[in-house]
Amino acid sequence: MTADPIAATASPPAQTAPAPVPARRRRNWAPVFFLLPFFVPFVLFTLVPVGYAFYQSLLKTERTGGTFGRKTTVFAGLDQYKEVLGDAEFLGSVGRVLVFGLVQIPVMLLLALVLALLLDSTVARLKRFFRIAYFVPYGIPGVIAALMWAFLYDPRLSPIVDLLDKAGSAPDFLGSSMMLWSIGNVVTWTYTGYNMLIIYAALQAVPSDIYEAARMDGASEATIAWRIKVPILRPALILTGVFSIIGTLQLFTEPQVLRSISTSVTSTYTPNLAAYSLASANNYSEAAAMSVTLALATFVLSFGFLKLTGRKAES
Amino acid sequence: MSLLTDTAGAHAPRQTSKTAPRGPRDSRLSVIAATGFLVVIAVYMLLPVFWLIVAATKSQGDLVDSFGLWFSDFQLFDNLRALFAKQDGVYLPWLLNSLLYAGAGAAVGTLLSAMAGYALAKYRFRGREFLFSVVLGGVLVPATALALPLFLLFAEVDATNTFWSVFLPSIVSPFGVYLSRIFAAASVPDELLEAARIDGAGELRTFFTMSLRLMSPAMVTIFLFQFVVIWNNFLLPLVMLQDDRLYPVTLGLFTWQSQVSRDPSLQILSLTGSLVSVVPIVITFLVLQRYWKAGLAAGAVKS
Repeated sequence: MTADPIAATASPPAQTAPAPVPARRRRNWAPVFFLLPFFVPFVLFTLVPVGYAFYQSLLKTERTGGTFGRKTTVFAGLDQYKEVLGDAEFLGSVGRVLVFGLVQIPVMLLLALVLALLLDSTVARLKRFFRIAYFVPYGIPGVIAALMWAFLYDPRLSPIVDLLDKAGSAPDFLGSSMMLWSIGNVVTWTYTGYNMLIIYAALQAVPSDIYEAARMDGASEATIAWRIKVPILRPALILTGVFSIIGTLQLFTEPQVLRSISTSVTSTYTPNLAAYSLASANNYSEAAAMSVTLALATFVLSFGFLKLTGRKAES
Repeated sequence: MSLLTDTAGAHAPRQTSKTAPRGPRDSRLSVIAATGFLVVIAVYMLLPVFWLIVAATKSQGDLVDSFGLWFSDFQLFDNLRALFAKQDGVYLPWLLNSLLYAGAGAAVGTLLSAMAGYALAKYRFRGREFLFSVVLGGVLVPATALALPLFLLFAEVDATNTFWSVFLPSIVSPFGVYLSRIFAAASVPDELLEAARIDGAGELRTFFTMSLRLMSPAMVTIFLFQFVVIWNNFLLPLVMLQDDRLYPVTLGLFTWQSQVSRDPSLQILSLTGSLVSVVPIVITFLVLQRYWKAGLAAGAVKS
């Protein structure tokens, strides 16, 4: 998951105060000088690859004269997309991450919200310690987080499975029926504190006299949290939601690591794993078509989510 | 504001105002309940880390046989020696590679983002909003969707399996530009820029001696988060690199982990290696935390 965005609570860029005009005359070169160093690599390593993936996805490798014939690359239009959209395993992987997201994202964000509200309230103690404790998992790379949890799921090594067994019976965390939720746990563990911090930072920006006024009027802490803080947090929650959606569709590291110790994770477990497997098999065109499809799905879902939550906010 | 009046009117029985002021007078029960919940979650967050620390001190045999959440024979130093000796000492280069990819990549990336964000916030020119929309679009492009086409492009110029194939794509941070623009708009006053211009300072000098300093808390935030993102990046090096001397530590540990069935001693080594690899990130966070907290707060303020 790459979701690096932080401080997502900041107001939308469109509202940035317009710069004063007088800078026009002799300073025309200045913005160019400041922008080029970013835009050259941005074009080379982001825009060009996106375009290249699209171009690649329109091609197809054919062998003329049987399986051992000469390889030629031909233009195939949208054939690869037909292939991808008709691929039951790929569609299965998409369905899997959608189910995953529908459960994991609300659980994670609700937990992050509750933690942020508690740490911002007057009832909690030791807040500094908790804030740091919750943020620790975010500092641990996904590979290592998955590796650690793999051990904690493994019945031969895990103290947790031991304890659960003594208490009754432990579920088979690495079995195929549990695997998706085992991955969900790793993701929740890693990103809850991160999301909490974004929400918490947004709360810090609220002037405290609003709360004072509410308290004067006799509002309880719970009422303040629910009726004042949560509405204020809406933009922060929407943005953490969007970034979680992007992250979920990109799920790769955790399943890939767990794949090395469990057969429950197939080579097409998530859309990204499916694309990676295809590319490993040198089928670049179809892999590219998958990547493009996935990127489009990401756009559609994030914008859909933005629209949906935006409309609710208006009514 | 209607929310406020709502709250006051509809949901405010008078008598609760007694407990209103704050802290000390909250009911003991709610303090216990809230703190109890926070403790439970803290245990969930910290237990795996504690387990890792304990595991790294054990021998391979004890890892399997002894109770996982407590120490047995203390073997940490033997494990460390073995870790740095394994495969002709490949672990140390992995660690240094990660530091270089993440440290230098985030430093360069932060500077480029700051310059671009500053230009987008403080200069008016044609196409400004268009450029900014393109950058925002870049934020939404899934990094994993870029890895494969990047591999193919680098293959075209015969540059896969090099340091640059992992480093160069890492310096691009559209999100850093987005943040920089907001921070620059909020923390670099136009009056100050005008004053500097009137005093005859050039645009470059104004930026490097003045604006950059005003933006520095924001830049620490951007640096830190880009550092974490690059440090955690897994797919790009996995796709690009074959030479294990170029691996970042995450990829190295992953390859060890997937060879455990052939060489069981790799199990304890990948655990010890995981623990060691987390140390630099923890130090970075601790050293920079006072700065990035300031940046985070600034980012959350509505401009």
